[in-house]
Amino acid sequence: MEIIKTKLYNLHQKHGAKFVPFAGYQMPIQYSEGIIVEHKYTRSNAGLFDVSHMGQLFIKGDNELTNDLEKIFPLDLKNISLNQSKYSFLMNEEAYIHDDLIITKVKDGYNIILNAACKTQDYKIIKQLLNDKYEMILNSDLSLIAIQGPKAVNILEEIIKGPEKLNFMNGDWFKYLDEKIYITRSGYTGEDGFEISINNDNVEELAENLISKGVKLIGLGARDTLRLEAGLCLYGHDIDLETTPIEANLKWAISKKRLENGGFIGFDKIDSQIKSGTKRLRVGIAPEDRIIAREKTKIYNNDNEIIGEITSGTFGPSIQKPITLGYVQSKYSALDTKVLLEVRSKKYPAKVCKLPFYKKSYVKGAN
Amino acid sequence: MSDVKFSKEHEWLKMDGDIATIGITKHATEMLGDIVFVELPDLGSNVKKDGNAGVVESTKAASDVYTPVSGEVVENNQAIVDDPGKINNDPENEAWFFKLRIKDKSELETLMNKEEYDKFAKESGN
Repeated sequence: MEIIKTKLYNLHQKHGAKFVPFAGYQMPIQYSEGIIVEHKYTRSNAGLFDVSHMGQLFIKGDNELTNDLEKIFPLDLKNISLNQSKYSFLMNEEAYIHDDLIITKVKDGYNIILNAACKTQDYKIIKQLLNDKYEMILNSDLSLIAIQGPKAVNILEEIIKGPEKLNFMNGDWFKYLDEKIYITRSGYTGEDGFEISINNDNVEELAENLISKGVKLIGLGARDTLRLEAGLCLYGHDIDLETTPIEANLKWAISKKRLENGGFIGFDKIDSQIKSGTKRLRVGIAPEDRIIAREKTKIYNNDNEIIGEITSGTFGPSIQKPITLGYVQSKYSALDTKVLLEVRSKKYPAKVCKLPFYKKSYVKGAN
Repeated sequence: MSDVKFSKEHEWLKMDGDIATIGITKHATEMLGDIVFVELPDLGSNVKKDGNAGVVESTKAASDVYTPVSGEVVENNQAIVDDPGKINNDPENEAWFFKLRIKDKSELETLMNKEEYDKFAKESGN
């Protein structure tokens, strides 16, 4: 299979990108200044992320589509407002997760942002679940960029008038170079910011424009340290087809009304897990020493029994501490529970800690 | 500097009497990316040529550090433990890793000089 380059490939190269293959795409892992500088710049200023590899799915339909999508997603779609976005997941009957996603209600249907590695499969699954009743476009004419950080709003506003009025997890249409572009106030870094869906022909122009106003390109490496500090899950690592939203501690993303009434794929399992608990839970774990426990690190209790496994781990450049997410047997999931992490055949003390590791600064309107 | 030797595992070594100062090369730090953690061999421990003598971790991954010669660890650089960023800034001077008292100087013979190492690093690409 040929590797795909995004429309910003040349721009990445110009900024000294080191590329890695990621979900079939050639993506920048970092630029010349490195992951720590990029990470901190996003936290203090504004970073620009090429997320064009992610799937942008549009499904056209009206109230009937809303009803049908409610059979798939555990969201109260009837009661979200126009242009509102929700974090959700595509599950199978066993409530295991095919993908996590952001769904936005737009004028004539729904936009869904999907993970790059899952998008083709998701498209097939959703199409089948909707019995092929609706027009569905996995759009490859559009690029997607994210601008994240405390200065994102002011810088974007210099170029495009209006996005500053958006509440968090809301979007709208704006104008750039005679093109109508859709912008949502959202992101995956723990910072305020925006995701901009724009025609392939105009994305490089917009990216250069943002860079000229002081935004820096940020690679996948810093994207990972940023999302991990924010305590957010990465599909394929912290959640996958062997975890449920309840085990992953993502119950907050399921609408309360839907938890009461059900009627979506995976409900039975979710309902029973809420009522009788799960065997394991996703938690944040903070090592006491400056030791980095990577994915697949075994977690032990004081009796030397394996009680779980790390699913993401790195060093948090903003908090200056190692950070990890992992699953432990539920009885070890209480805050401050002492555990041991086995790194290079030695066991290091750690404890279950609160998430996020880094405190968010989202604007009002988040829910 | 002509008295600096290099290994295929991207360590450098500088001799002063029977004491070898050892660190990782600039090329190695460029491959690793931002280093955020370092583990050094214990003082007084004996390490063996090509054996494990510590770990460096970047934001991306962990890598073992090997020693290019055998010897007893007589000093280790706590400054890089406290501030691993120093390794990226000045890997071949200030950010040395450890010092060994070596017994068998013949072990040095297998190491490369600067010119040979630069060529090796360029060709191997890793």
